Amino acid sequence: MAGNFLADKGKAILLGNEAIARGALESGIGFASTYPGTPSSEIGDTFAAVAKDAGIYFEYSVNEKVALEAAAGAGMSGVRSMVSFKQFGLNVASDSFFPAVYAGTKAGFVIVVADDPNCWSSGQSEQDGRYYSRMGHIPMLEPSNPQECKEFTKLAFSLSEKFKMPVLIRLTTRVSHTKGIVRFEKIVKGKTKGKFDKNAYRFRNFPPYLMDVHRKLHENLEKLKAISEKTELNLILNKGGKSDMGIITFGASFNYVMDSLDILNLKLPVLKLGMTYPLPEKKIKDFIKDLKTIFVVEELEALIEEKVRELAKDANPQIKINGKDLLPVVGELNVEKVLTALMKITGEKNKIDLKKHLNLFNKLKIPVRKPMLCPGCPHRATFYAAKVAAGHDTVFGGDVGCYILGVFPPLDTQDFVFSMGASEGIVHGIMKVTDQKAIAFLGDSTFFHAGLPGLVNIVYNKSNPLVILLDNRITAMTGHQPNPGMGKTGMGDETKPISIEDAAKGLGVRNVKVINPYNIREMIENIKEFLNKPEASVIVARAECRLLTIRKARKEGRKLPVFEIDPKKCKNCETCLIQLGCPAITRGKGVCRIEKDLCNGCSVCFQICPNQAIRVVK
Amino acid sequence: MLCLLPDMSEPGYTCGEMMKDFNLVVVGIGGQGVLTLANIVAEAAMKEGMDVKTSELHGLAQRGGPIPCHVRFGKKIYSSLVMAGQADLVISLEPLEALRAAYYGSKEKRTVFVFDTWKIIPSSILTQKETYPSIKEIKSSLKKFSSRAVALDASEFVKKNTESVVSTNVYLLGYCVGKKFIKLKKSSIVEGIKKVIPEKYFEMNKRIFELGVGRR
Repeated sequence: MAGNFLADKGKAILLGNEAIARGALESGIGFASTYPGTPSSEIGDTFAAVAKDAGIYFEYSVNEKVALEAAAGAGMSGVRSMVSFKQFGLNVASDSFFPAVYAGTKAGFVIVVADDPNCWSSGQSEQDGRYYSRMGHIPMLEPSNPQECKEFTKLAFSLSEKFKMPVLIRLTTRVSHTKGIVRFEKIVKGKTKGKFDKNAYRFRNFPPYLMDVHRKLHENLEKLKAISEKTELNLILNKGGKSDMGIITFGASFNYVMDSLDILNLKLPVLKLGMTYPLPEKKIKDFIKDLKTIFVVEELEALIEEKVRELAKDANPQIKINGKDLLPVVGELNVEKVLTALMKITGEKNKIDLKKHLNLFNKLKIPVRKPMLCPGCPHRATFYAAKVAAGHDTVFGGDVGCYILGVFPPLDTQDFVFSMGASEGIVHGIMKVTDQKAIAFLGDSTFFHAGLPGLVNIVYNKSNPLVILLDNRITAMTGHQPNPGMGKTGMGDETKPISIEDAAKGLGVRNVKVINPYNIREMIENIKEFLNKPEASVIVARAECRLLTIRKARKEGRKLPVFEIDPKKCKNCETCLIQLGCPAITRGKGVCRIEKDLCNGCSVCFQICPNQAIRVVK
Repeated sequence: MLCLLPDMSEPGYTCGEMMKDFNLVVVGIGGQGVLTLANIVAEAAMKEGMDVKTSELHGLAQRGGPIPCHVRFGKKIYSSLVMAGQADLVISLEPLEALRAAYYGSKEKRTVFVFDTWKIIPSSILTQKETYPSIKEIKSSLKKFSSRAVALDASEFVKKNTESVVSTNVYLLGYCVGKKFIKLKKSSIVEGIKKVIPEKYFEMNKRIFELGVGRR
């Protein structure tokens, strides 16, 4: 992050996510909460870095639902608040999201959700978060670049305060993770103390009063529509150009449209939507009424296109509407896809022959490189031990965290992957209807996030899986944020760490053991024992994320041990290479080899080598 | 609200109409300093009064997987993504990733590829017995997608001649500046390094950058 992030003027190169946080600071925010999740994590991380200096409150909440509730509480008490999460975070938070819209807010309350078209960092679904705005009757803004991220955030706060309701900002990976120049304006010191008005009856969501609120929300939408018609966020570019074709687009897609038009040297009118719910229906009708063709460029589902089709029936029934007939509903868009579609519609030619280029490229034989657990990762040790200890019929319940990478061979220890905490719920169901044994793997942060109810259910409704809690003492996958097991808050203050083993015991699990997963033999023995218990068991596999160990060692000027393979003793059985899938172990000349620069000294290969050929480099 | 168009009245915004966008693709593997390299270039471009956008991936995509990072700068930049065949320069911190980035190069665009020869073998090769192409094969494949492909023993050199093992990125950048493969002033890049690299490592990185500039 830029060093002068809290300056009152000037400019800096910021990520879209950082610009969202900056926009909140320029809007007088007093409270921010989040649960980290790519591609949204840097919003919270930015607050974490500056909250103390900026004089605001920030927390990594235990999960997104709690994060949203906390931010709603702050807003209801008159303190401007923001909550941010990834698309699945809004799924988790949705139970309180809708009542939060119904209850409304006293001070500005902005909810930021980041979708991930192309599932770059998302192992659950490729969902389109725009439906939440429709379901929740909540206004939604969608910026295209970092500068807009900041500006739209400010507008979201003012809209929220005007309508006394939360406002949704939707980002996508490409907006969140694009860096660009952002011009700073004055940071507004917001209130951090408010007062909850006990006589404000509107926060008491309850029937039949709820139906009145529902009616009011629809009335609000009409007022918001009027704003959508007038706002500069919904603007027409290339207005003057004479053309019988136009384009409607927004978000990241807008950038691909502008680049494509530039390549084809076309000046077609473009309606760029910034406020995408409610839509400016009149503006769209006016825009399409004299056109022969309209091209709707949007990622994922055909939401805007469907609306344009509906409006065209009235405004211009003859118009030809292109959209998802030429663009995919799956995956992220890019200039290549938009340009190809645009060439099909206009008949324009481009000096770059994309087809020829792709044919040439596809002829190259390029070995794939999959993401994988880091060298020395404690999860690799746990997975190896579990595979050795468990019978081949044992079900491995997967979950969400770095350990999701156990899905790939050779580890292959995630037989299903659903959502945060789901390993336990599903394993319970499987055990109720099969005779198979099962292990649920989930991380420390995931256990606090959504794993507690799953464990309660296992204990109370009596199934006997082994739950292995991969406790690496941090929320690693999303960039090393703290979690409730660590004793440190998002603002860096000390707090009481919550003991995972005590929590498991408190919930009635009788077989609970804390084991260092790097002790392979101990892990194997205990997994074997616990898998045969008639009731549920928990192993807390505790070893900090290897990246933390490396960082600490570097700071203290310590060197971690590095291992090597004695070529005289190595019989090239490839046990280390094939069974661990460690990036540091490679094939040498007739023997296996450890890349010293990559080895992080975990010793697991040393422990499992059947020929005692691995030793510490002296 | 001014959000779409760059503020033309801002001092330093002096690029002429003829200034063409420059498209850089930096590739490598998580932890090699791909993002740092891209950030340095972005800061340098802003310093020279240009609009700039970069695109990066975080999270799952980062763990030992390939990291493509795009940097585009010029008068007005919309998309942060470089299109197929439209890179002016591809800098790769790993040979196989240079080959994967062939997608962004073309003969028409006269793309230049500069890649480090230090290999990081992907697990697919180890467990599925695919083969890692030789540097010679990679160079000859890249010829179809470039006007020039340079294989540089950057990591070897940095390891042998400096106290650092992690500054290959600035060494490669220095090489590209020295060879004028990138349209930015040396002084702007040094400013970029100053801004992006932590203070205590600045002098060392500057020195390694200069070694790259001087590399023949």
